Amino acid sequence: MLRYGLPLVVIVAVLGLLFVGLGIDTRTLPSPLVGRDAPAFEMEELRDPGRTLTEADLKGGVSLFNVFASWCYSCRAEHPYLLEMAKQGVTIYGLNYKDTRRDAERYLRSGGGDPYEWIGFDPEGRVGIEWGVYGTPETFVVDRHGVSRFKHVGPLHPRLIEEKILPLVAELEAES
Amino acid sequence: MRSSRWNAPPVAAALAVALVLGLWSVTGPDGAAQAGRIPVGMPLEFETEEQEQQYRRLIRELRCTVCQNQALDESNAGLAADLRGQIYDMTLEGNSREEIVEFMVARYGDFVLYRPPFRADTFMLWIGPFLLLIAGGLVWAQVVRQRQAMARSRELSPEERAALERLERDE
Repeated sequence: MLRYGLPLVVIVAVLGLLFVGLGIDTRTLPSPLVGRDAPAFEMEELRDPGRTLTEADLKGGVSLFNVFASWCYSCRAEHPYLLEMAKQGVTIYGLNYKDTRRDAERYLRSGGGDPYEWIGFDPEGRVGIEWGVYGTPETFVVDRHGVSRFKHVGPLHPRLIEEKILPLVAELEAES
Repeated sequence: MRSSRWNAPPVAAALAVALVLGLWSVTGPDGAAQAGRIPVGMPLEFETEEQEQQYRRLIRELRCTVCQNQALDESNAGLAADLRGQIYDMTLEGNSREEIVEFMVARYGDFVLYRPPFRADTFMLWIGPFLLLIAGGLVWAQVVRQRQAMARSRELSPEERAALERLERDE
């Protein structure tokens, strides 16, 4: 029994570990920001250069904080979903990451609409570093106190929106 | 797609392709040198020798979150250039090595550390290889002991004697 049983157990265990290991998504990193206050920032509004935005502008209501850029192809892919959510009444703030004003404005015109309540302009990516951005698009769900409660890296997709984001937004809105 | 509300087939198809290929944009725009960016190999000036050593050590020990298997010092990704800029600025401002590491971990998590901390959830990384070495050593010792025991016992067991007799009769 020990002669064949033990090697068998070891082989099955190793195969099991390898199988589970293959399924782990190593690209998406857990964000240390989730559950903490949104980082402090100060930046210009994209469409209204005279206006300064700070972390205080994130507070007061539940919102999505979406990092995008005109050079980012998968941002285009998720754009219709952002428009749809905005139409449903979800508050969406934008962070225009490492972009130029001209390109970003052209991107919003060509994308069929502008879902953003306000858009922070971050041409050098400094605010992006504060938020731990490493791959656009990234989307945070932020509660009314400005605490980041969920983060998704990569384009939003219908299943994620229906099963995770909208329920979470509703849940956070119900919180006092 | 369950709800018709989200029906946007061409977009969905493009999204599916992007997801399958893992194609979300991770590098940032190419070209134009921006303030705060430090491309690989760009000559840098430091005020003191310690600052330079601290900077060089940090960019070797911190990992690029975009390219994931490169340290910051060798990565050409846009984000790596930004983070090198950040570390350079923080170093010149007089921040210590620990302060800069803390800054990075607070934003990108333990993943940025090529030298992970020793904690309850990471101790296997550190002691795992030694545990395997010990396990291998125990197996090896066991095998050696069995073989020595086999070589020592000259006396045949009753079963062995019976088997030997059977073989001899067949000859």
